[in-house]
Amino acid sequence: MSRVVHKFTRTVPHWQPRVTPVKLAEATQAQLDALQVTPSNTKVSDYVLTLAHDVESLKVRSPLFNAIMYDSGGMSRAERELGALAASMVNRCIYCAAVHADRHAKLEKDTAVTDTLFAKGEDADLNDRNRAIFDFARKSAEAPPAAGSAEMAALRDAGLSEEEILDLILSSALFGWANRLMHVLGDPVRQEVKV
Amino acid sequence: MTHNDSTVLTIAGVTNGRAVADATATRANIIEMTQSAENAVLRPEDCGAFDHATRAALAARVARLSADEALAQHYLAGAGDHAVLADLSETGTGQGLGTVVAFVDKVANQTRDIAPEDISGLQSEGVSDADIVRLCELVAFLAYQIRVIAGLRLMQGEPT
Repeated sequence: MSRVVHKFTRTVPHWQPRVTPVKLAEATQAQLDALQVTPSNTKVSDYVLTLAHDVESLKVRSPLFNAIMYDSGGMSRAERELGALAASMVNRCIYCAAVHADRHAKLEKDTAVTDTLFAKGEDADLNDRNRAIFDFARKSAEAPPAAGSAEMAALRDAGLSEEEILDLILSSALFGWANRLMHVLGDPVRQEVKV
Repeated sequence: MTHNDSTVLTIAGVTNGRAVADATATRANIIEMTQSAENAVLRPEDCGAFDHATRAALAARVARLSADEALAQHYLAGAGDHAVLADLSETGTGQGLGTVVAFVDKVANQTRDIAPEDISGLQSEGVSDADIVRLCELVAFLAYQIRVIAGLRLMQGEPT
């Protein structure tokens, strides 16, 4: 048995699709290319197999995702994860929030920021820089987006460069996209262990 | 890529010589891939149940749900006979798209409230799993594009 996870956690749950993922054995050549399936790499997650239903989107989204989250320069990786986490909390994408809170904690080698965010939400105890980053990303994730000149001024007051601000816009916006796939197309579940 | 080739730079009014253009130039690869994503999501070769005009109309609708009329107009240019779907008072029932339009609206602006029944509702109306994924990608990409544009406008000190 499995149960759906409703609370924010850093312990990454299993993602259970609400639609039937593409079956590898029945995948088209275009799907196999996008999935980068090779004889030595045949493990593909249910999430990616689900997105393979729209192979043209998947093919462009994966490199875009990696560039926004991992390309060098600009904002630190941990701060980009904070932007991703803020959006995921607004959209209540439990799975995305878990993955990116966990990455933030590992990059920082510290769970303090994600602990206080999960315990207190927008009232979390954050330093000025993290506060400005989290608030901008959180407001941007609302629908319609609600970040304004006050949130932008707070980023500049906290010392962020124009390049860092752009990276924050991109990473939080990217999770406007990712949350609408992960949270809509599947459930975060935990397998119940029988004792 | 010049700003004329990029929807996000054009709609946000980013022109060469401004500070924000220096920043976007450092992420030219991302701006370019963002445009490739628009092409893949709005104008794919394999459309499934949603042709280019329907996708354009739904994209304009999602832009309007975030009160971005400039982006809505960008998409309406390709919406043809389906442009009525971008009217927020239109439910889509007349076009046989009532459930689809309701789903698009909810994914766009009430994301956190999406429940398993929203997916099973589409399935019970005969929307295929592949088309459900296509529809999600369309709305999800727009959510990204709308927020990149809003952020770029804010960087330039413009109200959104």
